[in-house]
Amino acid sequence: MKNRFGIREVVAAGIGTALFVALTEIQIPLGFVPNTALQPRVALLGFMAAVFGPVVGGIVGFIGHALGDALFYGGVWWSWVIPEAVVGIVIGIFAKKFAIKEGDFNKKAIITFNVVQVIAHAAAWIVVAPVLDILIYAEPADKVFVQGFFAFLGNIIITGILGSLLCYGYSMIGARSNSLKKED
Amino acid sequence: MADHSRLLSYEKKDSPIHRLSGFTKLVFFLSWSVTSMLTYDTIVLIIMIVLSTVMYAVSRTKWSQVATVFKFILLFLSINILAIFFFSPYQGCDIYGQKTVICHLFGSYYLTVEQLFYEFNIILKYFTFVPAVFIFLVTTDPSELAASLNRIGVSYNICYSLALALRYIPDVQDNFRNIKNSGQARGIEMSKKASLINRIKETTGIIFPLVFSSMDRIETISNAMELRGFGKHKKRTWYSERKLLKEDILMICASLLFCVCAIIYTYHDGSRFYNDVFAPYFMAPR
Repeated sequence: MKNRFGIREVVAAGIGTALFVALTEIQIPLGFVPNTALQPRVALLGFMAAVFGPVVGGIVGFIGHALGDALFYGGVWWSWVIPEAVVGIVIGIFAKKFAIKEGDFNKKAIITFNVVQVIAHAAAWIVVAPVLDILIYAEPADKVFVQGFFAFLGNIIITGILGSLLCYGYSMIGARSNSLKKED
Repeated sequence: MADHSRLLSYEKKDSPIHRLSGFTKLVFFLSWSVTSMLTYDTIVLIIMIVLSTVMYAVSRTKWSQVATVFKFILLFLSINILAIFFFSPYQGCDIYGQKTVICHLFGSYYLTVEQLFYEFNIILKYFTFVPAVFIFLVTTDPSELAASLNRIGVSYNICYSLALALRYIPDVQDNFRNIKNSGQARGIEMSKKASLINRIKETTGIIFPLVFSSMDRIETISNAMELRGFGKHKKRTWYSERKLLKEDILMICASLLFCVCAIIYTYHDGSRFYNDVFAPYFMAPR
């Protein structure tokens, strides 16, 4: 995959953002922790970033979160928009390693993907989001770190399950239509 | 349809706000959000609420257009306010540097004037921002938005991504609903009755076809764009771009001026919080 931001990437970022916004609607409440939910849209972000790289990941995270929040919740919390972009960028940096489009999303890639996504989410929700919350909104530190921690937990669960499955599934489909080079 | 009441969406009308160009509204929206993020000054916040309420009225936005979202914001706001109190009941005291207890609640929780004032400011902050988002989303033609972003210097590739996203959100939502309905028709339980694991499974069942059909769509659209030579030149023009009128320039200057003044005023005493109200008490022992 080229690092250049070409036509495919423009379109992928656009459609990815549309998907991300549409998926804002689906929330799976965890139940035992009030006011937290598994957000399938985060898994989608991981998937888009893993397939198309950091630029698309960053755009989908940033515009998707800002637009989704604005359209559904009537407000944009920049302190949570920026970490979402961080997740997309960090996962996207390793896109080449996953080789999803080449159909090589094997066991090793699944493990790498999950290690990377945990690091990305930790950086975003345990570090960036609470710090921005404190800087921008002067919210109490304990509260934002607890909130960030649960966001982290929910996001790594959903990305771990749904994100990995999406990558795996797409890699299988992609392999089938792109395997002209290979000979059996 | 139920989906359209849920989302904030553009509605074509004729009002002074609708007549402004998208670029103007974008500049206003961005400078407004910067101001409301930075300031905690009660006076600035109150002025902003008054101004944005006036603008909301001028924009002739109907209550029904925003009601659902507004109720959601109220819910979110109350949860946030309570959470702040439970996690850190003395945040306000730290900020304003004193502690005036009103009464004892329970355990180690005391209600203080400073905390109430701090949380009151948070509520104000929400209400400065919300009307601005409403006005922006309800009066700005989505296709103009991309053109406006390009104008403030964002690369046209990214603007085009945004334009595509705005164009395809309704499509993706329709697609999503179709898949969900057909899943339910086959007896898949999507409601709250199903267990967590099952719900994840069912959600996966919707997301897979949705995402993979969208991946095909990416191919189709990028082929079409490639055929038409997208990205060949460094610049592109926008069909929906509007010329800036006198009102636009006035509004842009006013928003920027307000933003700068508000920030200078907020920070003039070295703190972004409104301290004056507590000044007389400052000498009192804590």
